[in-house]
Amino acid sequence: MSEVVKKFMYLNRKAPYGTIYAWESLEVVLIGAAFDQDVAVMFIDDGVYQLTRGQDTKGIGMKNFSPTYRTLGDYEVKRVYVDRASLEARGLTQEDLVEIPWEDFETEEEIDNIVEVIDSDRVSELMNEADVVFSF
Amino acid sequence: MADTIEVEGKQLAVDEEGYLANLNDWIPGVADVMAKQDNLELTDEHWDIINFLREYYEEYQIAPAVRVLTKAVGKKLGKEKGNSKYLYSLFPYGPAKQACRFAGLPKPTGCV
Amino acid sequence: MGILHTVNKSPFERNSLESCLAFATEGASVLLFEDGVYAALSGTRAEAKVAGALDKLKIYVLGPDLKARGFSEARLIAGISVVDYAGFVDLAAESDKVQAWL
Repeated sequence: MSEVVKKFMYLNRKAPYGTIYAWESLEVVLIGAAFDQDVAVMFIDDGVYQLTRGQDTKGIGMKNFSPTYRTLGDYEVKRVYVDRASLEARGLTQEDLVEIPWEDFETEEEIDNIVEVIDSDRVSELMNEADVVFSF
Repeated sequence: MADTIEVEGKQLAVDEEGYLANLNDWIPGVADVMAKQDNLELTDEHWDIINFLREYYEEYQIAPAVRVLTKAVGKKLGKEKGNSKYLYSLFPYGPAKQACRFAGLPKPTGCV
Repeated sequence: MGILHTVNKSPFERNSLESCLAFATEGASVLLFEDGVYAALSGTRAEAKVAGALDKLKIYVLGPDLKARGFSEARLIAGISVVDYAGFVDLAAESDKVQAWL
């Protein structure tokens, strides 16, 4: 389709609900999925809070968009990374985070959870490898 | 475009593009009334897609983009239905746009 | 009943909480809400500072904001109380004034 596949990284550093960044980022990822690029979604700093399980926003009258992260696999996002140091600084582990499944509809290859907790060196490496980084 | 549609004797609010203002107002009659406005007769095949969209929204809190809908329908309802030609034959104004409207969902993110 | 300080920013992103805790005096209350609720969780990098402040301050967290972010009372630092919106209003009404740390 497109001549050159670029590596896009969406860099998320904000907690959900307190500001609009998290939701904006998610929307851009979903819209951007139509462009057949190589997309990585990265969560560092307070961005890791976007993925916590069990979010229930009934009491604050805002849309709960945490279930939407689980569709990222449907939108051909195959790489979702979480910075380990950011998790640890917040007393969180991978157990506290949602799982995002991925499936190739043609080959029926399935991955139960594409959320990968990685060390900071690897985060830097992936940032350097990306052609474009979108920051939220 | 009117600000409300009448379904089974009730006035339901819609936005300027005809999407239901409140997700919770939806009843099956909404789809029938909207289809009539678009000169469509809803068949079981239409309902398969409408129900699928409602389930998808319930689970993920978004309406799927067309290409996601196509793939997911293919998986759930059979490969022969997982293509945009089939979906456009049911919903000539665009499967995501029109079917989402019938299903009472907001306009899909990044919709075609 | 003293001052009610409110903090709605994450302790990992802004120094609102840090300043609040530094300037609030004995007997004051602190209400954590919106992204401020992350400071109420145990096991974080901010825990020691928050737990240490409980000697001189009463600390509250707004329940609906905690729940929205996926956390239950079980994850809170011991000594922090949960209030709902009505409780927030009561705290504000009982206090001499409300001071917001934005």
